[in-house]
Amino acid sequence: MTTNHSLTVEGLSLGYGDRTVIEGLDLSILPGKVTAIVGANACGKSTLQRSMSRLLAPRAGSVLLDGRKVHELPAKQLARTLGLLPQSPVAPEGITVAELVGRGRHPHQGLFSRWSQEDDAAVAEALEATATVELMDRPVDELSGGQRQRVWIATALAQRTDLLLLDEPTTFLDVSHQVEVLDLLTDLNRRRGTTVVMVLHDLNLAARYGDHLVMIAGGRLHAAGTPAETLTEESVRAVFGIDSKVIVDPTSGTPLMLPLGRHHVKHPSA
Amino acid sequence: MTTLSPQKTAGPAMPTLERVTQARHHRTARRRTVVVVLLVLVALVYATSLMVGKTFYPPSEVLAVIFGQDGSGATFTVGRLRLPRATLAVIVGCCFGLGGVTFQTMLRNPLASPDIIGISAGASAAAAFAIVSLSLTGAQVSAFAIIAGLAVAVIIYLLSYRSGVAGTRLILIGIGVAAMLDSLTSYVLSRAAQWDLQEVMRWLTGSLNGASWEQALPVLIALLLLGPLLLLTSRDLTATQLGDDAASALGVRVNRTRLVVIVAAVGLISFATAAAGPIAFVAFLSGPIAARLVGPGASLLFPSALVGALLVLSADLVGQNFMGTRFPVGVVTGVLGAPYLIYLIVRTNRTGGSL
Repeated sequence: MTTNHSLTVEGLSLGYGDRTVIEGLDLSILPGKVTAIVGANACGKSTLQRSMSRLLAPRAGSVLLDGRKVHELPAKQLARTLGLLPQSPVAPEGITVAELVGRGRHPHQGLFSRWSQEDDAAVAEALEATATVELMDRPVDELSGGQRQRVWIATALAQRTDLLLLDEPTTFLDVSHQVEVLDLLTDLNRRRGTTVVMVLHDLNLAARYGDHLVMIAGGRLHAAGTPAETLTEESVRAVFGIDSKVIVDPTSGTPLMLPLGRHHVKHPSA
Repeated sequence: MTTLSPQKTAGPAMPTLERVTQARHHRTARRRTVVVVLLVLVALVYATSLMVGKTFYPPSEVLAVIFGQDGSGATFTVGRLRLPRATLAVIVGCCFGLGGVTFQTMLRNPLASPDIIGISAGASAAAAFAIVSLSLTGAQVSAFAIIAGLAVAVIIYLLSYRSGVAGTRLILIGIGVAAMLDSLTSYVLSRAAQWDLQEVMRWLTGSLNGASWEQALPVLIALLLLGPLLLLTSRDLTATQLGDDAASALGVRVNRTRLVVIVAAVGLISFATAAAGPIAFVAFLSGPIAARLVGPGASLLFPSALVGALLVLSADLVGQNFMGTRFPVGVVTGVLGAPYLIYLIVRTNRTGGSL
């Protein structure tokens, strides 16, 4: 599977009711890379991602997949190229892991077509990729938060899309599960070339796992580039409104942001 | 196939693909068994309904009537009374089962059945009004019922709309609307010049008394048109159970699916109600029973239709023959449904909301 799909946003404006959330935003997603979108709460990052996957129609501007407007593409055709894991999907009561992952095959199945060997293969592959094979027959509602999130990612993987969008895939997970999920997404990107676009709220994990960091502030693009270029003390102040210290992460070489706050800082200029 | 996980799944058992295929075969086998068993049961109870009654007719005589080779007393009893009655039971049972499970799946809540949230009550009130007060018959009654059913659906939708529709709000509003419409039905019946108990029972709990072919025909047409339409959208409908965003991400046109499904389900419920009244709890019970039988995850539409047919047929058989007095079918299904409703409400209380 090679990824050379281009996903671009041109002059995009979005809103709900009479509230404008995103205004005049331009952005190119780098094919075959991991992009992390960060920003303060309610800055419009999730809204932007919803629109990129056709869930929200633009007020102005457009989202283009390979040069075609995603809002005009046939729904199933889009779903075979671009997958989305929304923030709070619902697992039907009692459904087993294998069945839920199988739901990811929906865009590949026609009105009358029966379940094929290829569908089984995609499910098996997704289960293996997310290390959920042993959970296969368990009901989803009995799983832990981390396991459940892996199962949802497996569902998105079974869809076999070249682009995968994830809205805060690590929310509600403890740190070990956060790292587990992000490692899994990195594996997916490196081994299969899947383009990953994820909204994250942890700036440091975003800087470590994102090849490309997109910073949104007040509905506009503040900066986009490599983490080293974009994550600076100035940009943290502009985007999050706090003073911070940005150092080089000794383990990964990516920037690491230390918020200063009003207390506990003993060496402000260290 | 590449394994992305660090730990190699060189399990002691089978390769993953085989396990996935096998699990799926188990599920489809179970589903197929359930459907076959239900079909056989429906056929058996249907046949029994034709034979049993005040007079017993053996299968040979019943078959003779069906193929038009009989001139004896069985022709009237079986041909004019029992055959249309049992057939109407199957048809309306399918309609209620399909319409009920569709709403329950769409709103992700077993309480969201059309007979709980007022759609059956609306159709019933309109049909009672059309028949008792306006002396209409046939297609005109069906038209009244379906318009009222759709109107109730729109009203409860609008009343419960507050930046999106929450299942529980819609259900509570629906229960209120249902109570209002039931009292409207009572009012219509009490104002009628000459009303008889039969009619009252039909519009309050549902009854198959006096079933005729003319009554069955419009429902049959509705079932043959709307049933397949619902079955075609069933895969999209099950996808919407994952939430609107997840379903859209799978390429489902969520709003269009919902519109098609609502119109089809309300149509089925309204036509069935116009013919047999709001047979208590059949729409409400069929889906959950089918879900228990086929297991979670699978599409429940077809099994629910069969469960609905089986419920109405058996309840009518029991009500007519085994209870001393002859009870209308809705009384029997009501006795079955009420405890389940209480159980659901108790469980909702305990789990604190979503079902």
